[in-house]
Amino acid sequence: MLEQAAGFPAGSADTARGVVAYFARLRDGAAAMGWAEIRKLRHDNVDIFTRSVQPLLWLFIFGTALRKNRALSGGFHDYRAYLAPGVMAQAALFIAIFFGLAVIWERDVGQLQRLLATPLPRLAIVLGKATGAAIRALAQAAVLFAVLAATGIAIRWNALDILGALVLLVLGTAGFACLSMILASLVRTRERFMGIGQLVMMPLFFASSALYPLSIMPGWLRIVARVNPLTYEVHGMRQLLIGISTGGTLWLDFLVGAFFLTAMATIAAKAYPRAIL
Amino acid sequence: MTAVLVDDLVVRFGEIEAVAGVSFAVNAGEVFGLLGPNGAGKTTTIRVLTTLLRPTRGRALVAGHDVGREGLAVRQLIGYVPQAISIDGALTASENLEFYGRVTGVPKKERRERIDQAVEAMDLGSFLDRLGRTLSGGMLRRLEIATALLNRPQVLFLDEPTVGLDPTARHMVWERLEVLREEAGTTLLVTTHQMDEAERQCQRVAIMDFGTLVGQGSPDELCEQFDVPSLDDVFTVATGHAIGEGGNLRDARASRRLSRRLG
Repeated sequence: MLEQAAGFPAGSADTARGVVAYFARLRDGAAAMGWAEIRKLRHDNVDIFTRSVQPLLWLFIFGTALRKNRALSGGFHDYRAYLAPGVMAQAALFIAIFFGLAVIWERDVGQLQRLLATPLPRLAIVLGKATGAAIRALAQAAVLFAVLAATGIAIRWNALDILGALVLLVLGTAGFACLSMILASLVRTRERFMGIGQLVMMPLFFASSALYPLSIMPGWLRIVARVNPLTYEVHGMRQLLIGISTGGTLWLDFLVGAFFLTAMATIAAKAYPRAIL
Repeated sequence: MTAVLVDDLVVRFGEIEAVAGVSFAVNAGEVFGLLGPNGAGKTTTIRVLTTLLRPTRGRALVAGHDVGREGLAVRQLIGYVPQAISIDGALTASENLEFYGRVTGVPKKERRERIDQAVEAMDLGSFLDRLGRTLSGGMLRRLEIATALLNRPQVLFLDEPTVGLDPTARHMVWERLEVLREEAGTTLLVTTHQMDEAERQCQRVAIMDFGTLVGQGSPDELCEQFDVPSLDDVFTVATGHAIGEGGNLRDARASRRLSRRLG
C-alpha cells in the first residue's frame, strides 16, 4: 500500500528506497504545514485569545457555580481544577472540528487543488493540517495554563505530567481535525458544514468525561462515553494534571489517542481528495 | 518532442460526460491554449493532467508519464496554477514562496536560490513582505506563478491565469510567461475563454465545447480552415453559438468570487 501511495515500483531495493522517500515527504510536508500555521499565528495571534474566552467562561462561571459539588468532581475538592483538563480538551475540540471549514474554504479558493497537485503524499497533507490544528490547540493551552497559574487553581505543576497532558491534547486534537476533514469531504458548503460540525461536536463534548465523571451518567450514556475518544483524552489529562483517575489506565488513554489519530488520518487521506470534486 | 499527450480522454461524473473523447498533443516548449466557455471541460481536462482526477477512459501522458499510473512522477515534473487564487492570504509573499518550495520538495540548500530566481522572473521584489491578502490581482497571479516555478516544472498548467485581471495586469502576466518560456523552455498549457488573448499568446490552440474538441491548430490555421478573421468567429462557426453562453450558477458564482478577490 505504501508503495502504491508513494508511486514507486515494486522491487526490494526500490521498495526500501521508496518507503524511506515516502516517509521523508510525509515528515517534510507535515513540517511545512506546521511551519505555515506558526507563521500565521505570529501574524494574527488575537484569534488565540478570543478563542480562549469560551473555555475561561466554562471554568470561571460554570466551574465556580458548581465549585463545591463533590458529585460532579468525582469527589475531588475543587471542581474548577477537575474541570480544567476538560475545558482545555473541549477548546481544542472546537478548533479541530471547525478546521474542516478551512478545508472547504481552501477548496473554494484553490489552495486544496494546488496542494493535491504537489508531490506531497495525501497523508502528509492531512497530517500537516492536523499539525496546524494541534499547534493552535497548544497555543490555546498555553493561555489556559497561564490563567490557571495566575488564579491559583491547583493543578500539578510537574513538567513531565504537563508534557504528557499536552501529548494527549495533540493526539486528540489532530484526530478530531482529521475527523473534521472527513466531514468536510462529504459536504459542499461551509453553511452545511457549520450545522454538521455542531451536530458532531456537542454530543462528543457532553457524552464524555469533560464536565462530569462517567459514574454519574445513566448506563446507556456511559456506553456512548466509553467509545468517545474525548473521554480518554480528558481522563488521561486529568490523571496527569490533578492526579485523579476515575477508572481506566493512563496507557490506555495514550493508546486510544494514537489509534484514533491513525484511523482518522488514514480515512481522511482517502476522503480528502474528494473535497475537490 | 511531446510534453503532453491526451488520447481519447473521457471523464464522467455520474450521468454527465464532462470530457467526451478528447485527443491533442502539446509540443515541448510551446504555449498551448485550451479554449472554450465555462463548462466546456477545460478545467476537468487540466485536473486529469495534474492528477487531481482519474479519467474514466482514455490515456493522458505528461512528460512521458501516465497520469493514472505514475501520478507522483507527474506531480514532480509539473507546476499548476488553478483558476481560483491559491495564495494563502494569511502569509506574506515571501512565506508563500517558502511554503510552496517546501511542499514541492525543493531541497533546502537550493531553496533560497530558486526563490530568488522565481522572484526575479516574476518581478516580485517590491512586495515580498506584504501579506497575501493585501496584494493586488496582478501581484497575486505573478506570485502564484512564481510559487509554481520553484520545482522547475517541465510543464506549467495555468487554468484561466488572467481571468478577473485588468488589462495592465494581464499584459504583465503574459509578458512574464513569455520570458519564462523563452529562457527556461517551459511548456505552458493554458486554459482561457478569452479568444483574443489566446490568438495573441498561444502558438497552438484546441477549442472545446460541451466536452468535445471542435478544432485544433495554430490560430492562423484555424482562421483559414473556417474562413473567418478571428478565433472568436472560429468558435461561433464551429459550435453554432457564441462563446459567452457556457457555464452554470456555480461557475458564475466562482467567477464573481474570484473577481472580488482579485479586486
